[in-house]
Amino acid sequence: MKLLFKTAARNILRNSRRSLMTGSAVAAGALAMMLFGGFVSYIFAGLETINVQRVGHLSVFRAGYFLFGSGNPAAYGIDDYRRVMDLISTDPKIRPLLNVVTPTQSLSGIAGNYSGGNEASKTFLGVGLVPSARDRMRQWDEHRTGNARPTDARLSDDDESRGLVGVGLARILGLCGSLHISECPAASTKADTLDSRKPREDIVGLAQLEGTSSERKDGLPHLDLLGATVGGAPNVVSLAVSGAEAQGARELDDNYIAMHLGLAQQLVYGRGEHKATGIVLQLKRTEDLPAVRARLNQLIADKHLDLEVRDFGELAPFYVQVVAMFSSIFVFISLVMGLIVLFAVVNTMTMNVMERTNEIGTIRAMGLRRGGVRNQFLLEGALIGAAGATIGALLAFAIGAVVNTMGWSWIPPGNSSPTPFRVDLTGHPSLMLGTWIVLTLVAMAAALIPANRAARLSVVDALRHV
Amino acid sequence: MNRTDSPLVATPTQTTAVRLRDAAKVYRTGEVEVPALRGISIDIPYHRFSMVIGASGSGKSTLLNLIGCIDAPTRGTVEVCGEAVGALDDDHLADFRARNIGFIFQTFSLVPVLSAYENVEYPLVLVGTPEAERRRRTTAVLEAVGLGPYAHRRPNELSGGQRQRVAIARALVKAPQIVLADEPTANLDSQTGTAIIELMRRVQAESRTTFVFATHDAQLMAQAHEIFVIRDGTLVEHRHGRSDA
Repeated sequence: MKLLFKTAARNILRNSRRSLMTGSAVAAGALAMMLFGGFVSYIFAGLETINVQRVGHLSVFRAGYFLFGSGNPAAYGIDDYRRVMDLISTDPKIRPLLNVVTPTQSLSGIAGNYSGGNEASKTFLGVGLVPSARDRMRQWDEHRTGNARPTDARLSDDDESRGLVGVGLARILGLCGSLHISECPAASTKADTLDSRKPREDIVGLAQLEGTSSERKDGLPHLDLLGATVGGAPNVVSLAVSGAEAQGARELDDNYIAMHLGLAQQLVYGRGEHKATGIVLQLKRTEDLPAVRARLNQLIADKHLDLEVRDFGELAPFYVQVVAMFSSIFVFISLVMGLIVLFAVVNTMTMNVMERTNEIGTIRAMGLRRGGVRNQFLLEGALIGAAGATIGALLAFAIGAVVNTMGWSWIPPGNSSPTPFRVDLTGHPSLMLGTWIVLTLVAMAAALIPANRAARLSVVDALRHV
Repeated sequence: MNRTDSPLVATPTQTTAVRLRDAAKVYRTGEVEVPALRGISIDIPYHRFSMVIGASGSGKSTLLNLIGCIDAPTRGTVEVCGEAVGALDDDHLADFRARNIGFIFQTFSLVPVLSAYENVEYPLVLVGTPEAERRRRTTAVLEAVGLGPYAHRRPNELSGGQRQRVAIARALVKAPQIVLADEPTANLDSQTGTAIIELMRRVQAESRTTFVFATHDAQLMAQAHEIFVIRDGTLVEHRHGRSDA
C-alpha cells in the first residue's frame, strides 16, 4: 500500500504541469461549490432566523384555522388558551427546549386616519401580540447571523394602545410626516375616492361612542380600527401608532398592523371571552422542532383538544420556496463543477495511461494483477481530486474570510432590511467535508475508465509500446 | 497483496524448467494472420544459461513471451516449472509470474518514478515479503550488482549499464525459478554489454538460476550452455554450448 501511494504521488508530481491544470480544475470546482454553499447556508440561516423571530418555530391553532381561518380569525379562537399555554410550558419534555411561548390574535378590518385633515382609510391585516414576548423572540439568533434585534420600546406590555404599522400602510394613511418616515412620499393630489367623499362619520361617531378617539395626549398619530366582533357587531378601537416597520412583501407592507394582544382581543371579542387565534412556540434550537411537534401532537391527542400544530415552513412558504430555489441552484452548480472535474480528470488519466503503457506492461509482467493496475490509476485520480479539493477549500476559507470582513450587506428575498453579506463556512463542516468527498470521489470515478483500460491492456502489447 | 500461500510456487523437482509441445502463435491484424510460431516443441533444462537465437522476426520474443506466461499460445501447451500455465486465469498467471519468473528487458523498463532500490524492492512487495526481509534482500542484490552507492538514484540519473544492472537485480531479488532476458545487451555499448554478460554469468553460477535469453549477441551466445535456433517460427536446431553448469 505504501508503494502504491508512493508511486501514485510521484507520478502526479512527475507530470506536474498536467497535474496542476487538473488539480486547478478540481480546486476551482471546490472553491465555487464551497463559496456558494457557504453563501447559501448563510442565506438559509438568515431567512430561518428572520422567520423564527417573526412566527416562532411552531404555532398551535384551532383545528381548521390554517386552511379556513384567515377569512374569519375570530371564529377560530382557542378557548381558554392560557390553560393550553400552561399545558405546553409545563410539559417536562417541551419545557427545557422552549424559548418563548406566547399567544397571538390575528384580525382584519378597516383602519382610518381622520385626524389633522386626513380622511384616509384602508383595510388592514393585524396581529395582536405580547410585546415583551415579541422582544424575546426577536433576539433569537441560534445561527449567529447577527440578526438579533434590540428591545423595541415602541411597543410595551404596559400600554395596550400602542401599535406599529407597515410603511406602506403608513404612506397610504398619510402617517409619513407624523412618523418621520424617510423616503415615504405624501400623495400630491388626493384621489377621487378620498376627496370626493365625506368623512366617515359612521366610524368617527362609533369611535366617539366607544370613547376611543378623543384622547390624543401621547403626541402619537392615532388610527381608528374598525372591525367586527365574533357576534358580528361593529367595533372600533383606537391605535396609537408608535412607529412604522417595513415588511418584506409589498402586499403585507400595505396592510400590516401589529398591536398589543389586549387591544386586538378588545376589537375582536369586545366584552366577550378573550381568546387567541394562535399559540406561538419559539424553541432554543431548530433541530428540536420535530421532537416538540411530535410531543405537541401527543398532548393534543391525549387531552382530546381541537387543535392543530403548524411549523414556520408552513406559515412562511416563501422561506421554503427560497430554500428550494437556492438548493436547486447549488445542485446545478455542483453538477456543472462535477462535470468539469470529471472531464479534466478523464483527460489527464487517459494521457497518463498512454504515456505509461510500457510501464504498465512491465509491472504486469512482474506479477501485478489487473486489479493492482486499476487501483494504481484510481488512486492517482483520487489523489489529484483530494489535493485539488483541499486547495479549493483553503482558498474558499481565505476568500470567505476576506468577504466576511468587507462588511457588505444586501436585502435577501422577502426581507425588508439589509442583512450582512457573509459566507458561512466554519458553521457548516458537513458542506466542506461533503464537497471535498464528492469531488474526490468524482475524480476517482473519472479515473475509472482510463484505469480499466490500463488494467485490460495486453501485457505483450503494452511492453511493445514505445 | 500477500501471496505467500499461493499454490503456484513451483518447486524444481524435475529437470525441465520449460516444456513446450506443438506451441503455435498466430497474430491477427484485421483479416491477415501472421504466424509467429509454427508448432514448437522444446525442453529447456533447469540451472542453465539457455539462448534462443534467430533472425529478427523469427519468433524469439514470442517464444519468450509464452515461457514468461505473458502471452498464450494459439495452439499447443506450455509447461513452466511443472505447471501447465494454460489452465491458469489471469490473476493466477500474474501470481505465478510474481513467484517464479524474473524479466530483463532490452529497454530496461524500470519504473521511472521509483529509485533503483524501490525498483528492485518492487517484486518482493508483490509477493508480500516482510519489510525487514525486503530490505535485506534488496540491499544484498544491489551490492551484488555493484549498485549499492546508487540505490537511491532514479533511473534517469543512471547510465544505461547501471539501469540494466538494476533490471538484473530486480529480476533476481525474489530468487525466481527462471529469468527471461530479451536482448539484454542490445541497447548497451560493447564494453558495458560485456560487463553485464559477465555479471549475469556470475550470478547464474552463484545462484544456479535458470536463465533463458533471446539474443543476437555473439558475445552472449558464447556463454550459453544450451542454444536453440529458431527460424520462421520453427525450432531448427538445438545444440549444447559450454558444459560448466
